[in-house]
Amino acid sequence: MQKKLLLAALAATFGMSATASYAASHGAGTLQAVMDKGFVQCGVTGGVRGFSAPDENNNWTGLEVDFCRALAAAIFDDADAVRYTPLTSTERFAALSSGEIDVLSRTTTWTMTRDTSLGINFVGVMFYDGQGFMVRKSDGITSALELGGASVCIEAGTTTELNAADYFSSNNIDVNTVVFEEQDEVLKAYEDGRCDVYTTDSSALAAERLNLEDPDAHLILPQIISKEPLGPSVRQGDDGWFNLNRWVYFLLLNAEELGVTQANVDDMLASDNPAIKRLLGVEGTYGELIGVSNDWGYRIIKALGNYGEMYERHVGPNTEIGIERGVNALWTDGGIQYGPPVR
Amino acid sequence: MASENDLKSSRISDAPAKASLVNDPKVRAIFYQFLLLVGVVWFFVYIFGNLNANRASQNIRTGFDFFSNTSSFEIGFTLIPYDRASTFADVLLVGLLNTLLVSVIGIVLATILGFALGIARLSSNWILARLATIVVETLRNIPLLLQMFFWYFGVLKLMPNVKQSLELPLFIVFNNRGIVTPEPLFSDNFGIVWTALLVAIIASYFVTRWAKARQDATGIRPPAARINTALVIGFVAIAWLASGASLDWSIPVLQGFNYKNGIHIPPEFLALLWALTLYTAVFIAEIVRAGILAVPKGQSEAAQSLGLKEGDRLKQVVIPQALRVIVPPLTSQYLNLTKNSSLAVAIGYPELVSVFMGTSLNQTGQAVEVVLVTMLIYLALSLITSAFMNWYNARIALTER
Repeated sequence: MQKKLLLAALAATFGMSATASYAASHGAGTLQAVMDKGFVQCGVTGGVRGFSAPDENNNWTGLEVDFCRALAAAIFDDADAVRYTPLTSTERFAALSSGEIDVLSRTTTWTMTRDTSLGINFVGVMFYDGQGFMVRKSDGITSALELGGASVCIEAGTTTELNAADYFSSNNIDVNTVVFEEQDEVLKAYEDGRCDVYTTDSSALAAERLNLEDPDAHLILPQIISKEPLGPSVRQGDDGWFNLNRWVYFLLLNAEELGVTQANVDDMLASDNPAIKRLLGVEGTYGELIGVSNDWGYRIIKALGNYGEMYERHVGPNTEIGIERGVNALWTDGGIQYGPPVR
Repeated sequence: MASENDLKSSRISDAPAKASLVNDPKVRAIFYQFLLLVGVVWFFVYIFGNLNANRASQNIRTGFDFFSNTSSFEIGFTLIPYDRASTFADVLLVGLLNTLLVSVIGIVLATILGFALGIARLSSNWILARLATIVVETLRNIPLLLQMFFWYFGVLKLMPNVKQSLELPLFIVFNNRGIVTPEPLFSDNFGIVWTALLVAIIASYFVTRWAKARQDATGIRPPAARINTALVIGFVAIAWLASGASLDWSIPVLQGFNYKNGIHIPPEFLALLWALTLYTAVFIAEIVRAGILAVPKGQSEAAQSLGLKEGDRLKQVVIPQALRVIVPPLTSQYLNLTKNSSLAVAIGYPELVSVFMGTSLNQTGQAVEVVLVTMLIYLALSLITSAFMNWYNARIALTER
């Protein structure tokens, strides 16, 4: 009798392994999970001014932070329902695919390898950027082609590392690279004179230059050596969540195109323009299509303004970073930001 | 008497046959061991299955194919030829060699410094002993990462920049990009000199053995050290002159941003080596001190009464006995040093974790494979070190006569 029991137990153990149904990880249902916990978990940088950095009151602020806030505004009607996870460039993709964060909005360049082999999908391009170089004015350098023999400081695990190798080898320039894991350390090593050159996305260069002791002693070279489309990304396999993210981004662009701003959004509710009516949820049930309230557009613009306003607020010419709109202007203004219609 | 014993043993051996197999403690023990094994195997099979199923469902690429892909990035300090067209397998090798370089040099330096500090703490010289105590207590109570930042960012800042480099004698240049030394350029037939050196070293090993045997037999110590020095210098000099091999030096010169030619030792390496050496040395110092204190005082008193000099007392009597206490914990310090070298990622030295688990992981996105390989390498390094130290420990262990 006892023997039989033991055998049964043994068989059960094997049976369990044979029929093991693996604990399914994330995938579908991110929106539901976000609604249940009551906030969006947003992966950001450790601090790149203009994109994601804590302000003097310790609130996260920046263009990419605003994307997460827009998501929260659409879902909860509360742009503050966001929690932030600062990530290094090497941690970021694992954090997203493990489900630690719901959306990665961390100056991440959209590349083919990342889009296809990391199990993530890029939502759109919040900022069209390119890689540049910063040098000391005292070195008398005016072009990246004069950098032969220089030491170059780079952040680990970025496209920057690859672009620099491509650029210098294709131009037969011999440089010495020094790679750090944290952006702060890259900047510190550059400032201490360990490197002659600091290279990263030119927007980040503009922001980081302000963190130097004497910003005027440094110069950003005119060469832009790569395409760096920076945008938020989400996990593959959850199309509902992907759609919501994607249309929040498009809504920001459409609002700017239609002239709907944070200041005039209440007046615009009474607008006769059908496109604006659809945008703000006065007409149609477009919110339902992405699983949120129909006035999602109104919520976002009321809380944060349109894409242009976000840009001006964080990185535009009137900010300390001071980057012209350039290619980041709407298509109607000669740029390449283009939002498919809400209809 | 004999029959009584037989009776006893037969009683014992008869007993289990009567009881059910289920109640046999031996069978039960084996059964539970088996059950545990099944449980453990099932656990790992489940975990790996779960991992792969989840990664497949998330469309994450898996497998080890990426090793033969082009890495497309540069590494600033390599011991073997490497450029952006090299593969990820090359990256792994470059990282591993850089880790080994700093670990091996670090272990040697930390051992020397550690022994010196440990003995200094026991010195009868009050100032020396206090100074050693201060060094040990300060360094071992500050986290290693902070010490690395201190040596790298704190000390780097004080170094002159390239254009104001310190030019030391022998054409050695010192600045905030590290140290540049002249590089020896060996002529093609220099191999004969190396061979001569090797022969001399092997010969001196036998001289040492002979000297020891002679001392054991007669009590007279032949001047082995002097003979060996003469052997090495003589062999090398003769081979060099006879073969006409030449040795040129490539002298570093300032050109553009940096010094050209010569051997460049980056400050990241120096800071890492220095931090690892100091941090490990103070722990070794404590181990050495404990080992020496573990040798009964009577031993050195006995040696003294035999008329041995202070140095010989330490070398011939105290240290050999202390080593038995010192070696096992010393092994774990060596392992610590090797593993701690992975902190170098913070100060930009391109060792295994930095180039492979940092950059390569990010460029390939295959975290599981990359982390697994990295862990296996550290495990292998540690096991090899342990095996060597265990062999050494067995060799010096007290042999009963």
